[in-house]
Amino acid sequence: MIAAGQPAPDFTLRNQDGEKVSLSSFRGRKLLLIFYPLDFSPVCSDQLSIYQEVKPEIEAKGVTMVGISVDSGFAHKAFQEKLGLDTPLLADFEPKGEVARAYGAYIEKVGHANRSLVLVDEEGVVEWAYESPTPLEIPGANLIFDALASPSAR
Amino acid sequence: MGGDLTSAAVPPAGTEDHSRGEGPQLIVYADLGCPHCAAAWVELSDRAATIVFRHFPVASKHPRSPALHGAAEAAGLQGRFFEMVDSLYGDRGHVDDPHLWARAERLGLDLERFEADRRSEAVAVRVRRDFESGIRAGVTATPALFPA
Repeated sequence: MIAAGQPAPDFTLRNQDGEKVSLSSFRGRKLLLIFYPLDFSPVCSDQLSIYQEVKPEIEAKGVTMVGISVDSGFAHKAFQEKLGLDTPLLADFEPKGEVARAYGAYIEKVGHANRSLVLVDEEGVVEWAYESPTPLEIPGANLIFDALASPSAR
Repeated sequence: MGGDLTSAAVPPAGTEDHSRGEGPQLIVYADLGCPHCAAAWVELSDRAATIVFRHFPVASKHPRSPALHGAAEAAGLQGRFFEMVDSLYGDRGHVDDPHLWARAERLGLDLERFEADRRSEAVAVRVRRDFESGIRAGVTATPALFPA
């Protein structure tokens, strides 16, 4: 898993609307990458739904949230609509899991990402990274606020 | 809205909380629009425990939840909180406004006051306060149970 202090690997992925999204486009603002296994699986649904409820508070701290899984843009679109989410979801689809792999978040054996959070600062450097002990355990939104409030947060 | 959301322990039950029952205390963060909570409520209501209900509406997932929590809190202002919660979990299919009025009427509530209260800022703040305490305690799914 990538660690604080390392540069965040650049990427270009398509979102739920088929638009290309690059890491570099987030320069000047903090970015929270939410790696998660799969759309529509029961545990994931709660994670993104919970973050959606406190999205205004997260954005008020200068952070943009983006979800990443190996699902296609079409699945992401349906997932967003089903759950009432407006957090952009990126398709780490082809090559499968390439971005998750670059961040140390890919589980080769099962073919999807783990459940982890990576906070990238305004200059594209990883400020904080958290990996769930098991894919079943959802990182609470409180952990995101802890990371943003810590003394090392710039 | 939008206070400190960093980690904090689950606040212990206090006089402002909605409590029902006798026995060991169990704090429950629940979403009135959530089927898992509805299923759990049947069992929880049977337990020999003091159930402390805390509002945890996940609006994006259950768009009607904010209205249901407002209705429960408003019923509570007229002394019928758990009766409304029982009603909402007991029948999850009739939750539009006219259905909420019918439920309030069946509970003998003052409808005008119920309407004003359920849409009030004070009730929204009260619901949000529980919700934020749940976020700070790391709640990520409902129902979330915290034994005392």
